[in-house]
Amino acid sequence: MCRLAAITSSSYFSPMENIIALETMKEGHDGSGLGLTLKDLGGEFEKLKGYPILSGICSKKGAKTLDDYMDKAGFKLKEIWAPKIKPLKGITPRDHYFARVYDYPASFKHKPLKDREDLLMNMRLALRKIGEPDESIFVFSFYPDVLTLKEVGDPLQVGEFFGLDKDDLKAKVIFAQGRQNTNYAIYLYACHPFFIQGYCSMTNGENTAFVPIREFLMSRGINGYMGYNSDSEVFTHILHFTVRQLGFPLSYYKDVITPLKDADIDARRDRDALRLIKQSLRPLCIDGPNVVIGFTPDGTCFMVHDAKKLRPGIVGGVKGKYALMSEECGIDSAIPKRNKAKDIFPMKHDMVIVKPQAEEVMVWNQLAN
Amino acid sequence: MEPAGKLDHNYQLSLREMPYIIRWRDDRCKRCGKCTAACPVKAIEPAVKVQRTVRSEGPVPAPVAERKILQVVEQVTDMERHCTGCGTCTLVCPNDAIEAELNPQNKFLHFKNRGGEGYKRGGRRNDPSVSTLDRLKFTRISMLTDPALDAGRHEFRVRTLLGRILPAEELPLKRSNGRLVVDSSSGKFVPPVREIFPIMIGSMSVGALSPPMWEGLAMGITYLNEVEGLPVVMATGEGGVPPRLLKSKYLKYFIIQIASGYFGWDEIIHAIPHMVEDPAAIEIKYGQGAKPGDGGLLMAQKVLKLIASIRGVPQFVDLASPPTHQTKYSIEEAVAKMIQSMSMAWGFRVPVYPKISGTKTARAVLNNLARNPYAAALSIDGEDGGTGAAYNVSIDKMGHPIASNIRECYLDLVKQGKQNELPLIAAGGVAKKGNLAANAAALIMLGASVVSIGKYIMQAAANCFGDEFNRCNLCNTGKCPRGITTQDPKLYRRLDSDKVAERVVEVFKAADVELKKIFAPMGRSTELPIGMSDGLSIDDRAMADRLEITYAC
Repeated sequence: MCRLAAITSSSYFSPMENIIALETMKEGHDGSGLGLTLKDLGGEFEKLKGYPILSGICSKKGAKTLDDYMDKAGFKLKEIWAPKIKPLKGITPRDHYFARVYDYPASFKHKPLKDREDLLMNMRLALRKIGEPDESIFVFSFYPDVLTLKEVGDPLQVGEFFGLDKDDLKAKVIFAQGRQNTNYAIYLYACHPFFIQGYCSMTNGENTAFVPIREFLMSRGINGYMGYNSDSEVFTHILHFTVRQLGFPLSYYKDVITPLKDADIDARRDRDALRLIKQSLRPLCIDGPNVVIGFTPDGTCFMVHDAKKLRPGIVGGVKGKYALMSEECGIDSAIPKRNKAKDIFPMKHDMVIVKPQAEEVMVWNQLAN
Repeated sequence: MEPAGKLDHNYQLSLREMPYIIRWRDDRCKRCGKCTAACPVKAIEPAVKVQRTVRSEGPVPAPVAERKILQVVEQVTDMERHCTGCGTCTLVCPNDAIEAELNPQNKFLHFKNRGGEGYKRGGRRNDPSVSTLDRLKFTRISMLTDPALDAGRHEFRVRTLLGRILPAEELPLKRSNGRLVVDSSSGKFVPPVREIFPIMIGSMSVGALSPPMWEGLAMGITYLNEVEGLPVVMATGEGGVPPRLLKSKYLKYFIIQIASGYFGWDEIIHAIPHMVEDPAAIEIKYGQGAKPGDGGLLMAQKVLKLIASIRGVPQFVDLASPPTHQTKYSIEEAVAKMIQSMSMAWGFRVPVYPKISGTKTARAVLNNLARNPYAAALSIDGEDGGTGAAYNVSIDKMGHPIASNIRECYLDLVKQGKQNELPLIAAGGVAKKGNLAANAAALIMLGASVVSIGKYIMQAAANCFGDEFNRCNLCNTGKCPRGITTQDPKLYRRLDSDKVAERVVEVFKAADVELKKIFAPMGRSTELPIGMSDGLSIDDRAMADRLEITYAC
């Protein structure tokens, strides 16, 4: 089973905290890969917050292609960060792991954020398309203040491999997932977390309704809804579609993926709107078994379950630092000094929302609103 | 050796030419006459024969000629009165002395089209092959990574939507205090949508069906809605609606059909001010699966007093609905104008959709509807669809199978991102072999939102004799031996409407259970698996490619 470890904090911390939490939760054969997404970066990235970071992996040949492509598009390289690779048995190193900080092309510097976001996404997709056939380029994210690392192997070893235990790479929101996708052939892109234009999510479980959801998303006319080497990538895109494209408040993400029964809708104050949403977004309803942990561009983190609550999920912490994980022992590892009695085990109608800077945690209930 | 004098120079047929041959057992028959009286086509008749036998008894030959008078049951060789194999004789025989046996070597079609007029019949296709729907298997079984659900204990929502659904991008919503509310000031038209059970009863008119059959279906539907909580709807067909029903609160369970004959619509329009409920929907019929491109026909012998009064026509005249709506020509005019005028008649509160026969051009219609914001759905009736009266050649040889037709239409909608906006209703050959829930689930996974049944419900609810071997199929003649499609009181009194209603309820309740038994192991419970094509496989590579599903053998 996938292990999920998300930590959000008001101060910077190392991704090793997530990786150690993953290690605590690990059982049996779990842990065939590691995916890390860091948001609100510290250290050397702190002064570069406004500049987009391209995270990915490439071969020597890919590096040249990538440079040429970015150059041609008018992106100016400002900074390169690369993990300090420590060769380990069992992990086949690729040529380059990178996080490259760019400056926008001159023509985009003063454009609205939405336009710049579209540019970044299209660049990422173009690079992906170029590198996919020969696996010369993998691009995981291209967005300001967001860094993504992925590799196949045991999470703890991958952490060491990347030298994260020695590096001062830090962030305020870090998501980590501890397994490669099992639905399809192992493919780096298929490792969670998935990211699109400031929205990120990782998932525990298999998505039964994957095909109709994928078809619905792909038919929305948004370039970024593609790929889908994992059935869990749709959760990120549903989040993006609901909140960014449709402009719904975050809590409606829960209403979209697990719509209420009609009788329960009648008890809600926004029943008329909810009825229309349930009809119009019928194909996005999931049937589980899933728990979804995600963040939005403002740094809000959340956890939701499918309507049957068929996967574990728990949220706990103290003001200023909260962890959203698939197992309690993971939180014990990340935030041992907390009041355990206040740990939240969200039920099928709950959405746990942790405000930016881990200021406050609240449980939003579908029935009581 | 037969004397040459008996040969009739090909004017007379032998029994071997008949599609069914009656097996009559002299030793068991007590000559009660029930079989010959009950035979709807008079294919058998009592006859008296004189038999001369020569007998000899004793040690030396002493032949004695004896003449005996025999009463026998004899099958006629008149093609107009051919045995249809309906089995009524077997049912009424007290001693199991008679039954019809299929004659696979029959030369029926060589001789049936007489007088330059093609043979017309009702009922099923003569196609005993296994349909594509029955070859589809559900191969995506939840097990470990996604645990299977419990069909018996789990909560399921086996419901679908009928009506045009606004895309989320166009919903008239605005934010207010962190909530979404409907923005009534936007003036945006939100089309009416019904939540229904995904299997509906397709159009079979008052007139085509006998009073107890239609009543039985209507009662069954009402019971399912009011008592069982299963929102099953039924389409009325083109014959109008009994006046009492029009003004009753039960009208909401019925989809009223308007076809090119407009039969019964005078009464319907006049009843609008008195209606206490809106109908579930309005179906505009442009075509039907059994006789694509052909109009409807209620033959004169079925137009009795009640039917004539409901339809507003004289008694005993052929009621032909032309193949096209005569006042309209282009698709824009035909569909858009009718949909809009019908919507307007009910104050835009009722979904209005067209029904066409399965055809390669279905996508052209679909694309047109996709651009019409008032179009509520598209019903496609595949080649196996039933009929009251059609040319044999139309039933057997024309039309498009529903599986690939619905699939390509669904995928076309997917390309346009409108797969949830315009529901597809699939019909034609559903449950041909009795697998109602499995066929319906397969069509849903291929992309249908609703599945429509007609012949199956007649077979299941009234024990219709029709089958894939041309058994009976007398629907058009007014001589239905079961009393399903006849207006002759002597025949329709054989049918008890209460029993029909009871069976309708049983059929839908059983289908509900079976659908859950299919959806649960696939892990789908809160929404219908519309378009969940990864759940399906077929053992034929070409079919798998055509339907864009997996091949499994």
